[in-house]
Amino acid sequence: MVMFYGTELESRLMLGTSQYPSPAILEHAFKASNASVATVSLRREGREGAGQPFWDIIQQLGVKVLPNTAGCHSVKEAVTTAHMAREVFDTPWIKLEVIGNTDTLQPDIFGLVEASRLLTDEGFNVFPYCTEDLVAADKLLGAGCEVLMPWGAPIGSGMGLNNEYGLRALRSRFPDVPMVIDAGIGLPSHASRAMELGFDAVLLNTAVAKAGDPVKMANAMSQAVTAGLLSSQAEPIEPRDMATPSTPVIGQAFLS
Amino acid sequence: MKITINGNSQLIQANNLEDLLLELKYQGKLATALNENFIPLNERKKTTLKDGDRVEIVAPMEGG
Repeated sequence: MVMFYGTELESRLMLGTSQYPSPAILEHAFKASNASVATVSLRREGREGAGQPFWDIIQQLGVKVLPNTAGCHSVKEAVTTAHMAREVFDTPWIKLEVIGNTDTLQPDIFGLVEASRLLTDEGFNVFPYCTEDLVAADKLLGAGCEVLMPWGAPIGSGMGLNNEYGLRALRSRFPDVPMVIDAGIGLPSHASRAMELGFDAVLLNTAVAKAGDPVKMANAMSQAVTAGLLSSQAEPIEPRDMATPSTPVIGQAFLS
Repeated sequence: MKITINGNSQLIQANNLEDLLLELKYQGKLATALNENFIPLNERKKTTLKDGDRVEIVAPMEGG
C-alpha cells in the first residue's frame, strides 16, 4: 500500500479548490470526485474576512488539506509561506512550489531543493512540485522529501503528459517513492494514463473547475484515476506490431 | 504610527501585532508576518510595531 508520509489515501485523486464557478459547485465537485486531498493556499485577508467562509467549506469536505506555496519565486518566500500555512492549517504537509519561470510556471529546481532541505529539517512533510528531471528528483530525495510531485505539463495548460518518456524513466528510477502527477492534466484520459504509468496519485484543479460541467468532470476524473490504477495493478499486455487472433483458430469450420 | 498592512499604508494606534489585529477587528484563522518574517501566534503580543513596518495578514484561500 502506498503511504504519503505515513498516510494511506482512500482515493488517489487530489483536487484543487480554485476557480470554481461558485462555492456550491466546489462542494458538489468534491463529492463527485471522491478526492481524498484538497489543496489550499494563503492569501491576504481583508477586514471582511473572506477566508473564513472558505475555510468552513473546506472543513466540511472531510478531506485532508494540502496547503501550497503557489506564487512564491524565492526560497525565503516559500519557506515563510510554509511556516504560515503550518500554523493556519495545523498540518506539516506542504505542497512546495518555488516558481522559476513566469510563462511556464516551471519550478526553480535549485531553489526547490534548498527550500525542501530547510523545511524537512524543521519537520515538514514536503510535496515538492518538480519536473521529471532524474537528477533533481535524486537531490530532492536527498533533501529529505519522501514524496515527489512531477508535473505532467505546465500548470493550467491541460496538455496532459508532455514528456511521457521522462516520466516513465522517473517512475522506473525510483520505483518505491510515492509520486503524484501534479499539473497539466486536462482530460480524464490524461489522469488515467498517469496512473497506468505507475504513478501513485494525480493532483488536478483547472481541468475540473473550468470544465463546462465541473461536477460531471469531477466524476469522470474519479473514474479515470480508479481505472488507471486498476490497470497498472492488472499487469496489462505489451503492445505488438502484428495481429494475433483472440478467437481460437483450432476448430474453425472449413467454409471456403 | 503609520505602517503598511497588506500593501496599504495605514495609521494605527496599536503598538504590537496582537493589538493591531484587535484594532482592525481581524478574527478567525490567520497568519502574520512582519517585514517579511513569519510571526507565530504566540509571539504576536511581544512583537512591537514601529513606524514604517510592513505587516502581512493572510487567511485560508482557494488553491491548486
